[in-house]
Amino acid sequence: MIKIAQLSCGTEYSGVQDEIERAAGAVGGKMVYPDVDLEDIKSAIEKFGFNPVSPQLKLMIARAVNVAEGHYDADAVFIASCFRCAEAALVRTELRKYIQEHTRLPVVTYSFTERTKSAQMLTRMEALVTIVERKELLARERQVGLTAGIDSGSSTTKAMIMRDNEIIGKFWLPTQDVFSSADTALEKALAEAGVKREQLEAIGTTGYGRFTLGKRFNAKLVQEELTTNSKGAVWLADRQKGEATIIDIGGMDNKAITVRDGIPDNFTMGGICAGASGRFLEMVAKRLHVEITELGQMADKGDYKKVPMNSYCSVFGIQDLVTSLAAGNTMEDVASAACHSVAEQIFEQQLQEIEVRYPVIQVGGTSLISGMVRAMEDTLGQRPIVPPHSQYIGAAGAALLSSGFLEGH
Amino acid sequence: MKVFIVPPNSLILFDLVERFGHKPLSIMGALSEKVTSKEIESPPLNVTVDDVKKGLKYAGIEVPSGIRGRLAIYGPLIDEAEAAIFMEDAPYMFGCVGCARTNEMVKLLVRKRKIPLLELDYPANDEEAKAVVQKVKAFLEGLK
Repeated sequence: MIKIAQLSCGTEYSGVQDEIERAAGAVGGKMVYPDVDLEDIKSAIEKFGFNPVSPQLKLMIARAVNVAEGHYDADAVFIASCFRCAEAALVRTELRKYIQEHTRLPVVTYSFTERTKSAQMLTRMEALVTIVERKELLARERQVGLTAGIDSGSSTTKAMIMRDNEIIGKFWLPTQDVFSSADTALEKALAEAGVKREQLEAIGTTGYGRFTLGKRFNAKLVQEELTTNSKGAVWLADRQKGEATIIDIGGMDNKAITVRDGIPDNFTMGGICAGASGRFLEMVAKRLHVEITELGQMADKGDYKKVPMNSYCSVFGIQDLVTSLAAGNTMEDVASAACHSVAEQIFEQQLQEIEVRYPVIQVGGTSLISGMVRAMEDTLGQRPIVPPHSQYIGAAGAALLSSGFLEGH
Repeated sequence: MKVFIVPPNSLILFDLVERFGHKPLSIMGALSEKVTSKEIESPPLNVTVDDVKKGLKYAGIEVPSGIRGRLAIYGPLIDEAEAAIFMEDAPYMFGCVGCARTNEMVKLLVRKRKIPLLELDYPANDEEAKAVVQKVKAFLEGLK
């Protein structure tokens, strides 16, 4: 059983404690609550150096100090507090840094509302447990044998066939029905590879449809996308050694993952609003009456500074863009502003929650939108690496990691 | 009389109120009802999402969920309180685990009720402790 130390404020009173425990239990983890002596709380606050007004935040800090000093045995740390609480947001971020500075434990932070359900936390919990439980598998740098990876994402389904560390087939299509999309992607990838499905030695599934597809294809590996995407990203970018930050702007949510020697050690996953995701760019493309594939080049020609974006919300953001078009701005300027809005939002909301380590590897379908990469470069001050086949990271990671289950390898 | 105590989980204040013949309104009492209710399954405090919605009576939707959940428990107690005692700057041993924002809101809600209120500072030594008990005694006896 993987012990996940919970450092939190407000969970019991927000009605989400049960959801947190359910998410942990679903992936073989158990939430634990580091004990502290009451008299140690004051000294813990002094050591930490931040004295919040809320008593429960003080307790949260004391628990973190207890874990950091090795007085309490835990395998991973989950830091959570109410969404919208400024004091807790400060403590949450600083505690995350503190735990990472003092331990090698994987950490995930989360701000919840009363509507937070276990499904929303499942991917994060699964990644925490995987990092602890499957270190050996994650350290795998080469794919062996003949394997396939299927990434059933919210927007697109991708399949990749690999043989002895080489990509021999791949295909992607928009996700409709999860089963038929995966069937088509896999068959087309197999056709490109010139192999038959029964020849495959292992299949790995990832993405939102991973559990359903895992059963259907009798997958050896069913893995959340934080792990597979980070593995696939460092493999495709040939950055298996050293540190890196992976930014994956997805259709429904965004992931920012830091890795050390190919193993993720911290991550943040956005998902409260769609204004910072690929979905927003799709909406913009639709409004501009262009294909999403054309949006990047269009944005490259525009000047985002000419378009005021007053909102990060997908609905109000589109409204800003419409107003701007009505005021006479060009479609290029609007496309550029949309890309910058997404980049800024990722920088402000997600990259503040992790310590960005260079190089940055930008992946996912949106990394094919050149204007989006340029917007990230402007925001980060350094051009991200976009590896070849960057939209296939999940499928590549699943194919690579599933080969770790082959007998005799 | 029904006396609301702050911190709402203080055993010492609970005991003092009870000793001097009044009914303490505390979080322990409110939660014990929820914990023993067979219909609710959300451990450890049995605050449900519906409770958090009830908290909207005391604070708006833009307020963090943890505050609304707490207010859903404290609010009804404040509504039925006929008097209240606040202990400021109380340490953990006295029973002050909680959210500072909620605590401020709770005090405001009590003050708005215009009920008899005793505000005390946590005693720093034995002499001050005796004085505090005397003040509580006088306040509670005066309520009769």
